Amino acid sequence: MRVELRDVTVRNIISGITLDACDEVVGIVGPNGSGKSTTLRCVYRALEPDAGVVLLDGADVHKRHGVARSLSALTQESQVEFDFTVAEVVEMGRLPHDRDPARDARVVARALDAADVTHLAARSFLSLSGGERQRVLIARAIAQEPRVLVLDEPTNHLDIRHQLDVLALTRGLGVTVLTVLHDLNLAASYCDRLYVLDEGRVVASGTPREVLVPELVAEVFHVTAHVVAHPTTGVPQLLFDQEVTP
Amino acid sequence: MISKISALVGVLVVSVVAGVALGPVSVPFGVTLDLLRAALTGGTVPADLAGQYHIVWDIRLPRVLLAAVVGAGLSAVGVAIQAMVRNALADPYVLGISSGASVGATAVATLGVLSGLGIYALSVGAFLTGLGATALVYITARTSRGLTPLRLVLTGTALAYGFSAVAMLLVFQAPHGEAARAAMFWLLGSLGGANWQSLPVATAVTLAGIVYLAAKARPLNAMAMGDETATTLGLRVTRFRTHLFIVTAAMTGVLVAVSGAVGFVGLMLPHLTRMVVGADHRKVLALAPLAGASFLVWVDVAARMLAAPEELPLGVITAALGVPCFIFLMRRRSYVFGGR
Repeated sequence: MRVELRDVTVRNIISGITLDACDEVVGIVGPNGSGKSTTLRCVYRALEPDAGVVLLDGADVHKRHGVARSLSALTQESQVEFDFTVAEVVEMGRLPHDRDPARDARVVARALDAADVTHLAARSFLSLSGGERQRVLIARAIAQEPRVLVLDEPTNHLDIRHQLDVLALTRGLGVTVLTVLHDLNLAASYCDRLYVLDEGRVVASGTPREVLVPELVAEVFHVTAHVVAHPTTGVPQLLFDQEVTP
Repeated sequence: MISKISALVGVLVVSVVAGVALGPVSVPFGVTLDLLRAALTGGTVPADLAGQYHIVWDIRLPRVLLAAVVGAGLSAVGVAIQAMVRNALADPYVLGISSGASVGATAVATLGVLSGLGIYALSVGAFLTGLGATALVYITARTSRGLTPLRLVLTGTALAYGFSAVAMLLVFQAPHGEAARAAMFWLLGSLGGANWQSLPVATAVTLAGIVYLAAKARPLNAMAMGDETATTLGLRVTRFRTHLFIVTAAMTGVLVAVSGAVGFVGLMLPHLTRMVVGADHRKVLALAPLAGASFLVWVDVAARMLAAPEELPLGVITAALGVPCFIFLMRRRSYVFGGR
C-alpha cells in the first residue's frame, strides 16, 4: 500500500515535507527536533497538518474511512496508567476490525509470537521493562494487520538482539514500513530508502548508500563520519570521530 | 467471568431482600419474602401484617432499589470518567456536577426557591444547577482540539471550589438551623426521600447509561492507552470523549438529584473492581455496577440502623466503610494504577 506526504506543513515545526513509501521500508533520520515525530504524527492522524495532505493509496487519511484497518502505528506516547495484561494490550489491535473471536485469537497469538512476548501474555503491562513494553506495543501494531506500519523509534529501550529482531520482523511483514530511526547504522542496514530531515525540511533522500555520505552527516548532524562497508553485507556503516565538528 | 457475574447478581438479590427486612423496625426474612411475593403476584396479605406490608412495600423496597440503582450508576460513571480523563483520582463529581447541584439544593433548602414544586423542589433544583455547572465546565474546558483530559479535570476541580463556596455561603446565611441541617444532610447523601415515584426516571437513565458504557468497553480500553494510540486504533477520540461527557453528566445529574452527593462510591468501586479483575473495561463495566449496587444497599441499611431512630448521611458511612477497606486492599495487592 502506498503512503504519500505532499507538502505537509505544521506551523513552526515542519514545512513542505514531501515523501512517499510503497511496499518497502523507508526510514526517516535527522537530529533531535528536526520534525521526524511530527511528520509521523501527521501520518497516523494524531495531528492534522496546517497545509498539505497525507494520502493512503491516493485518499486523504483524514477523510478516508477505515484507515485504522490498513495503518497501524507505534507511537512515542507512554502515559499508560491502567494495569492491562499484555494479552489485553495486544488484543486492542483488533479494535478496528469486525469481531471474529476465533480469528482474533489466532492473530493475537501470532503477533505475540512474532514479537517474542508470548511468555509475557498473562503479565501486567505496567510491570514490564521498557524493552518488553516496546515489543508488546509492536505486537499490538502487528495484530492490527496493517498494510502500512508507522514506527516512531521502534528500537528505543531494546537490547541489541531485540533491536535487530524487531527490524527484521517488521521488514519480514512485507508491508509498507515508515520508520523513524535514531541509529544511522541500523537505518542503513534495514531501510530500502532514507529521508533526512533537518530543521523541519527534507534535505536529502535516496538509498542509504546515496544519502549517508560524510558531507551530509557533517552538515546535518555536526559530526565527522567515515563510511566503511559492512564486512559481510557490504552495507555502508558509519564510524564517528570523537570531536564534534563546529 | 459468567460465574463472577452470577455470583454478584446473587449477592445483589440477597442484599435487596436483607435491605428490605432490616431497619429500625426489622421484619423477619420469611415474612419479608412472603410479603414481597404477595405484592408481586397480587396475592392477599393478612390484616395483621398490613403495617409490615406498608413498611416493606411502600417505604423500604423503593428505597433499597434506589440504593442499588445509585450504587450501580455511580460505580459505572466512576469507571468511565477515570478512563475518560485517565486519572486515578477522578470520580463522578470531578467535573463539578455535585458541587453545582449543591448550589441548587442549598438554595431550595435555605432560601425556599422552587417551593411551588413541593417535595420535588430539592431534586429539581439540584438537577438544574448540576447540569448548569456541567455545561459551564464543558464550555470552559473546551478548546479547538476538543476536550483534553487534564484541562477537564483542572477546570472541573477549579469550578467545583467556586460552586462549593456559593453553597457554603447559602448554608451559613440560612435563616434557621433546620434549613442548614437539611442542606448539609443532602450534601452528604441520603435516600430518605425515596419513593416509587423517584425510581423510574433514575432507573431508566442509569440502566441506559450502563448499557451504553458497557457497549463502549473496547473503545474505553483504547482511550485508556492514550489519545494518540486510540486514534491509531481508529477511535474518533474527541467525539467519543464528548459523548462520554454527556452520558456521564446526565447519569450523575439524575443520581445526585435523587440521592444527594454520595461520596466515595464512584471513586472506590472502580478501583476495587480493577484490583480483582484487572483493567479490561469489558470485565470492569460488567462487575463494578453489580458490586456498587450491593455495596450501597448495605451502606443504606447501616445509615438507617446505626443511629436509629436518627438516620446517618450515606457519605459518612461510605467513607467509614470504604477508606479502611480500600487502604487494606491497596496495601495487600500489587495494584499499580498510576504507574510504579
